[in-house]
Amino acid sequence: MTSPLPPSANRFGWLRDLRRIAFFMSKRLLALFVTVMIGVYLTIVIANMGGQVDELRELQIRSTISEQVRADPAFMQMPSEERSELIETQVLMEVQRRNLDQPFFVRSIDYLRQAAQLDLGRAEEMHSDTGAREVYDIIVERLPATLLLFGTANLLVFFVSVYAALYLSRRYGSRADRAVIALAPSSAAPAWFYGIFLILFFAFLAPVLPPGGMVDIPPPDSRWEYGLSVMRHMVLPVTAMFFSSIFISIYSWRTFFLIHSSEDYVEMARAKGLPASLIQGRYILRPTLSPIITSFALMLIGLWSGSIILEQVFNWPGLGSLLFQAIGYRDTPVIIGSVVVFAYLLAVTVFMLDILYAILDPRVRIEGGS
Amino acid sequence: MNRWLSAMQELRRYPSAIGGLAIILFLILLAVYTVVTIPYGEALDKWRGGDMWRSTPVNAGPVWLDRVMGGDKPRTRIIHSDDAQIEEAAFEGGRQVRIPLVFDYDNSEFPSEINLFLSTSGGDREAFIRLNWHTPSGEVIPLGGQRVARSDRVSISQNPALEGRLGMVPHVGLFAGGSEPGNPQVAQGQYRLTVDAIVFGDDAKLDTELVVYGRVHGLAGSDFQRRDLMVALMWGTPVALAFGLLAAVGTTITTLIIAATGVWFGGLVDATIQRLTEVNIILPLLPILVMVGTLYSTSIWLMLGVVILLGIFSAGIKTYRAMLLPIKHSPYIEAAQAYGAGNTRIIMRYMIPRILPVLIPTFVTLIPTFVFLEASLAVLGLGDPVLPTWGKVLNDAQTQSALYNGFYYWVVSPAVLLMLTGLGFAMLGFALDRVFNPRLRTQ
Repeated sequence: MTSPLPPSANRFGWLRDLRRIAFFMSKRLLALFVTVMIGVYLTIVIANMGGQVDELRELQIRSTISEQVRADPAFMQMPSEERSELIETQVLMEVQRRNLDQPFFVRSIDYLRQAAQLDLGRAEEMHSDTGAREVYDIIVERLPATLLLFGTANLLVFFVSVYAALYLSRRYGSRADRAVIALAPSSAAPAWFYGIFLILFFAFLAPVLPPGGMVDIPPPDSRWEYGLSVMRHMVLPVTAMFFSSIFISIYSWRTFFLIHSSEDYVEMARAKGLPASLIQGRYILRPTLSPIITSFALMLIGLWSGSIILEQVFNWPGLGSLLFQAIGYRDTPVIIGSVVVFAYLLAVTVFMLDILYAILDPRVRIEGGS
Repeated sequence: MNRWLSAMQELRRYPSAIGGLAIILFLILLAVYTVVTIPYGEALDKWRGGDMWRSTPVNAGPVWLDRVMGGDKPRTRIIHSDDAQIEEAAFEGGRQVRIPLVFDYDNSEFPSEINLFLSTSGGDREAFIRLNWHTPSGEVIPLGGQRVARSDRVSISQNPALEGRLGMVPHVGLFAGGSEPGNPQVAQGQYRLTVDAIVFGDDAKLDTELVVYGRVHGLAGSDFQRRDLMVALMWGTPVALAFGLLAAVGTTITTLIIAATGVWFGGLVDATIQRLTEVNIILPLLPILVMVGTLYSTSIWLMLGVVILLGIFSAGIKTYRAMLLPIKHSPYIEAAQAYGAGNTRIIMRYMIPRILPVLIPTFVTLIPTFVFLEASLAVLGLGDPVLPTWGKVLNDAQTQSALYNGFYYWVVSPAVLLMLTGLGFAMLGFALDRVFNPRLRTQ
């Protein structure tokens, strides 16, 4: 591969980079896929209690069907043996319909295969508000609510904290800086905890905002009023999330920027007399871009799953409360569906991060294949 | 050791560390005091509720809170027949007994409920009682009569006939002194409930106890099952501290050992650990805990086990690995190898102690996370079935719509204790962080 012409050597170098990245990416993709499959399989086993839920389900089917048959006037005249025979056949049919007659191991593999193909199946107990039984429909129906709430709060926290941290790292030791350090321990409590207090103060002691839910009941007709109502309902949960993580977030970013702004090359730039904005943009932010993007992506991942407890406290109809309800109903397809969706999103985000790293960080590009 | 001592001395310079330590010390003392004064079995018994709380009012606020707000809500009054001047008249085959249960009522608010508890012993037939209520103005309100079983309760407040006659609920009407039903005012003074009883048999004995339930109770108030919230608030402390501490110790130490093992052996071991960590990150912790709670058992110790199990391969491994990698090739480890130290010795005695100081702040700040995790589970209704904890109090309050009904103390007191725990450990942890990681201090 020795070419005398410099431009073509350059091109080969570029090709070699690309090949390395491709090789690296496919390896990562495979690893991620295997990881997701193992994670999903574990969830399947846990959500079925290693097969014990099946026994519960069979009992439930039996009691529902025998009650139905006993209550049906059409079968009242039937002799009792014939009736129990009828119950037996109906139970058997239902058991076969739900594949409960197969051993759990076979079915768990079957679940896994369907999950891998993102075929989430039908819910057993739950249905969406429009009446659909498809797990996909149920999840998609709840997704916007979660994305709206957690997206608003997390984006707010992310951008406010990064900007505030940059500002504070320049004014190290100032009064604002010390105030943030002093307030950072307040983040020991989770958002739902502040939520309870916010509900107490702003929904009961001074009733200015609704204590929970997503829109007024009944929902307003005009689109404009509907949006306004949703926004009013969002104020308290967003404030709770914002307050519970903003100070720790600013604190950790501030520390991070402080460490990076004491690097030798930054000192050097300062000694050269470069303007502060240039130092911040090119000497502090550029090398720290990968960690910032990582944390942004991790925040996006956290966003998808929502939060069971915050949604419960604020009665928010999102994915978190969906998962909680599904667990309560022992509706395995919905539980597995939520976890599968989460796992796939996580894998996609991690994979995108790998590509981004390769573009942003020259070190990854060079060492990628090794 | 010297390093630790100097760290402790440096810690004194941080007011937040002192504050945090003070809070933690307070919580530990409270926990010890609780465990000594209310033994475990007794606490479970009390929290199970039932008859032992029969003379505690339902949903009463704390006394001090009411007094601070300038209120004058009544406390519970218990009048027992042992202190009453009993008149007796014997007749053939039995006795006629008159028990006057006298008490002063000088509060401006009405009581929340009135019950009369009766118990008879001896005698060959059921006793018969007739009740009369004497107000300070001399009015006599008959409350009817009935037979008395061995152990009986007359719920004066839940007497619909009486309510109809008074035009108000009995515990208001009996104290209203004939004021307007629309705007009843308490008539203060001496009240008397006379129990006229006929008991059969010479050895027959009748015990009566009149309970005029107040609207405030003790330091912490009571809940919807009449239980004194103090039991749960106090017992919540040792439970929270133990859960937080054990979970934090369990997860950090196992994670650290596994990270160190992976770094030391490298190769396949390291790769396996890395992959396991990635699988574990996919498994969402809270949903799994909720699943375990709903499907298996909500015992706090099972939850603790699951938390530790899922915490072993947590994301922390990646951080520790990054810290340990440069240490692996440092000269002191090569020296240890040269004189023949084994793998275990190198991992446990040479690698882990090296990054322990960096870990201590993380460890301290991790404790409240687990305390709040336990509370989160309890708020979702997956608290330990028998143990009183702060989270369970919050859960009860939520299911009983405490905020909607205005029982703010029910939500605020466990929340304040949780917050105190969180703040105490977090403040100490942040100060420790600055002591042990000097890079954050100097600029």
